[in-house]
Amino acid sequence: MAVQIKTLREMPREELFAPGHRLCAGCGIPQLVRTALKAVPGPKVVVTATGCLEVATTIFPYTSWRVPWVHNAFENAAATAAGIEAAFKALEKKRGVKRPKVIVFGGDGGTFDIGLQALSGALERGHDLIYICYDNEAYMNTGIQRSGATPRGAATTTSPAGKVIPGKPERKKDLIAIAIAHGVRYAATLNPAYPVDMFNKIAKAASIEGPTVLHYFTPCPTGWRSDPAKSIEIARLAVLTRVWPLYEYEDGVYRINVLVKSPRPIEDYLKLQGRFAHLLQPENRWMLEQLKRDVEENWNRLLKLAGLA
Amino acid sequence: MSKLLSWKDLSAPIIAEAGNSVLYKTGGWRALKPVLDQSKCIRCLLCWFYCPEPAIKRREDDSVEIDYDYCKGCGICANECPVKAIAMVEEGVG
Repeated sequence: MAVQIKTLREMPREELFAPGHRLCAGCGIPQLVRTALKAVPGPKVVVTATGCLEVATTIFPYTSWRVPWVHNAFENAAATAAGIEAAFKALEKKRGVKRPKVIVFGGDGGTFDIGLQALSGALERGHDLIYICYDNEAYMNTGIQRSGATPRGAATTTSPAGKVIPGKPERKKDLIAIAIAHGVRYAATLNPAYPVDMFNKIAKAASIEGPTVLHYFTPCPTGWRSDPAKSIEIARLAVLTRVWPLYEYEDGVYRINVLVKSPRPIEDYLKLQGRFAHLLQPENRWMLEQLKRDVEENWNRLLKLAGLA
Repeated sequence: MSKLLSWKDLSAPIIAEAGNSVLYKTGGWRALKPVLDQSKCIRCLLCWFYCPEPAIKRREDDSVEIDYDYCKGCGICANECPVKAIAMVEEGVG
């Protein structure tokens, strides 16, 4: 049974993620990493796909990690983790070595696009690992290119808002549905503005034998052209506008963790981010309406899955 | 002809000292500096959790202090503090 907390005070003090890293001011990734390293009990090994987290925390000869950590390539974080897990399983069997929990951190590029094949394989083979995607909704580390996780209407350097298109024309992939389709026992969404919810979900994932997938909302002031001080405010608004529903799937049961009864207008969320500024112009209203429909459809789908509609 | 090296002979780029990024002080990035008024602090720990570095230290009694060696001045702590105990001031002024 996983340890579950009720207040921030109960969160362990130990920091296994050191300052001095070169992630941008106002970045939303460290809140996830610090929490995950607190919520997963006992020995652990971390694998990181190529991405912001990897490049900014391991600039040679420095590392911010106080746990065993490995980076391999952009596309194979899940495959590397699967190999580590299999090796430790063999060591456990042969020499009785206590097996560490394997945690993978991949960005949306390394998860939705480039690493999806390796992730699919690891989930299908049933390795005992926690895969956490930190989703800042574009390839931020390489210059804000659109990814499969970029939401409809967001401007990136490869989906710039202008006369031809008002930001990315396509909708965002549904990572949790992809994970569930593989038969994982546990999958959930996370948000830094909800620390206790995040801790408890990671602890729950750690208590489950087999692959689990967590999807984390990562504010990115650089790529979203937002005020670094507003990162958590934006994250909270993502939940309160139903843009980022907080829910979990456990052995066939869906639960919405923050049931937003009267959502805030989506514009409250959009107007804090430069990447969406064009959506508030009258000529792009149709795209804004499309985005609103996406959000509404997703929320209604989740209500049905959770038996609330 | 010398013997071909196997992968075991190659040294991987290993950083053997855990968490040594503490030697790299990021406080110089800061333009605005958070200043905490301890008398207003209610020890809710939100700033401790939200700080991306982490540059907010949690003391034994759950009061906090700002570590200016690493604070990049993002301002999340001041924006999120529920009792407005943290003010952002221009670096080098106050």
